[in-house]
Amino acid sequence: MTQKLASQLNERIESYVGCPEELIQVLHQVQEKLGYVPTEVQQLVAETLGVPLSRVYGVVTFYHYFRTRPVGKHIIRLCLGTACYVRGAEGVLKTLQDELGVEVGETSADGLFTLEVVRCLGTCSLAPVMMVDEVVHGRLNAEAVQELIQSYRKDENK
Amino acid sequence: MGQYDVLVCSGTACQSSQSVALKKALLQAATERGLGKEVRFIETGCMGPCEQGPVVRIMPEDTLYVRVQPEDAQEIVREHLVNGQTVQRLLWIEETPRPCDLPFFARQHKNVLANCGLIDPSRIEGYINRGGYDGLKQVLTEMTPQEVIEVIKDSGLRGRGGAGFPTGKKWEFVRESQGDMKYVVCNADEGDPGAFMDRAILEGDPHTVIEGMMIAAYAVGAQRGYVYVRAEYPLAIARLRTALGQAREQGLLGARALQTDFPFDIELRMGAGAFVCGEETALIASIEGRRGEPRPRPPFPSQSGLWGKPTLINNVETYANVRSIIRNGAEWFRSIGTETSKGTKVFALAGQVCNTGLVEVPMGITLRELIFDIGGGVPSGKRFKAVQTGGPSGGCLPEALLDIPIDYESLSKHGTIMGSGGIIVLDESSCMVNVAKYFLDFTAKESCGKCVPCRIGIPTMLDILDRITKGKGTKDDLVRLRELAELVRSSSLCGLGQTAPNPVLSTLRYFEGEYRAHIDDKICPAGVCGALARTYTIDPNKCRACDLCRKACPTEAAQGTPGGRPYTINEALCIRCGACAEACPFDAVHTIPLKAEKKR
Repeated sequence: MTQKLASQLNERIESYVGCPEELIQVLHQVQEKLGYVPTEVQQLVAETLGVPLSRVYGVVTFYHYFRTRPVGKHIIRLCLGTACYVRGAEGVLKTLQDELGVEVGETSADGLFTLEVVRCLGTCSLAPVMMVDEVVHGRLNAEAVQELIQSYRKDENK
Repeated sequence: MGQYDVLVCSGTACQSSQSVALKKALLQAATERGLGKEVRFIETGCMGPCEQGPVVRIMPEDTLYVRVQPEDAQEIVREHLVNGQTVQRLLWIEETPRPCDLPFFARQHKNVLANCGLIDPSRIEGYINRGGYDGLKQVLTEMTPQEVIEVIKDSGLRGRGGAGFPTGKKWEFVRESQGDMKYVVCNADEGDPGAFMDRAILEGDPHTVIEGMMIAAYAVGAQRGYVYVRAEYPLAIARLRTALGQAREQGLLGARALQTDFPFDIELRMGAGAFVCGEETALIASIEGRRGEPRPRPPFPSQSGLWGKPTLINNVETYANVRSIIRNGAEWFRSIGTETSKGTKVFALAGQVCNTGLVEVPMGITLRELIFDIGGGVPSGKRFKAVQTGGPSGGCLPEALLDIPIDYESLSKHGTIMGSGGIIVLDESSCMVNVAKYFLDFTAKESCGKCVPCRIGIPTMLDILDRITKGKGTKDDLVRLRELAELVRSSSLCGLGQTAPNPVLSTLRYFEGEYRAHIDDKICPAGVCGALARTYTIDPNKCRACDLCRKACPTEAAQGTPGGRPYTINEALCIRCGACAEACPFDAVHTIPLKAEKKR
């Protein structure tokens, strides 16, 4: 973690001194900044909020949203909710796994994509759906997914 | 030329279908033609027909255009706005420009969604112009808290989160509880896969939820409120934040609401991807910054909730009903719906149905009307098989039950629940055993782990289902499955575990034949379960053309002439019931793998 990042992080966390009930909101801020919640930052959060590290660790590992490993440049969240499942999301998952060469939870070798699976993004009418960062892509099939990945890769090489 | 309002649906679904680019294109086209003053472009919340998005609605004549692309902007501006001509090719149905004439909308009753799709949710003015905060004004200036509670009780409003507990009664419990501090919480966790009703309300009309919470706070005597929103809804969070800021600016939220003695403010709290946090005590733990583990009840949150204080927790849609009940009266609300289930319900139609999207209908409408009249039925010529309601806590109903009315008691009598409103339509390509397995996989992963029946019972049931779908099932498995289901249902600590067996129990109730096919015949009739995706075929070397298979076949798939050439089975007509195999005295019928393109 760079100095700049460390001090920006400190700034954000400092406002929650002694507020253990804000733990989840603080962790969101950390993950927003760093992409995940490293152990040393968990320690920092524990000290600032005045709770044991075990409590922070317990919360980080309980909630699916929080990551403890670094992520790629883009985070893919593929929906495996009922509506998406019924419209072929598993096939899309297979395509993604093949295309990126990763299992769920892993980051591609070129560091571009981390593949995650979620249950329901609330855009069921466009099933199957996935989010790449904050953008929702719907009506997916193998072709559409491959094209999408290619376009992100192209942008990267520009 | 008069004043036009061009409403562009900008819910998350339409946004991902280019609605932002569309609005830009429309604006540009209008500006190029110098139509600045005559036209207002308004980005609204969800209009409902998501399958047909992006959607544009032009007022005052009320024309709905569907599947509109940015490239269509020029034509719409030129033909409709300038020349006053309807663009026929962009209508959903020829010659039918008005939404109220379209089957999708005709039977709907927009109450909770009255503003959604008509106002700009990022501006409080739109809400206020349509009577927004009139309910709060009325309550603060003309009614006592007890009177408010009586109205809500009389209306018959029941919790829209799924359990259907009488809302007025819950408010009364909180009112009667002792506490130096009381809280009002909005459950916006909406974790059921396939449900997006609350998302649409929060994105499209956030103020209606705020107003509902404020009226509730006044009624129960609360000073602080929280909206617990799931992290997967960034747009809803942003819109809520903006709306809360506006409400404070207008002197609604804060130290003295509308210059009365009613101090109340609301904060947002984000979830973090735990389905169990939709359960009220787990939700409370989450707001307190802890692992989302439920607690035993009693004490109920109404007596001891957030930080041990009396807490009212209601769902987004429940709060969204409050303003209209106050303004129109309890009797108005009671005039809609059935004997036990009053008012309307917002449903999210998804799965194998033509018109996926968001709808609001009066309670009591039948499943058939919802799925076929409004939903347009099953696409691609496939057959309807089942409808799944209530998410992972619910069940699947077969074709024979399509004419039951949608209300709390009717649904639970038949083995499912209303749930929060997610309706998934399944066609013949779905395997009901696989569907049950899918839901158990979900609940197993989402179990908080605190209690044994859920933590261990659900994966054990899942294991059995997994073996069944892999052709390793035995007759004992069905007995064991039912035993475990009863155990998990009756002894789990919270609603997650208590309702997790429902998908299994309801598919066993209505689709036991499919389970037996997997277990006894080692075949998946729907062609879904891997190696069990097989179909029946006749060995021409063994067939004696005795005609017994043709007589046994219920779909005329087994074909041939008695005494003639070997019989054949038409794969397209075969429903994999196995009657032919049972009937054949020459052992000529056996199974072969389904062709790859037939598999899901």
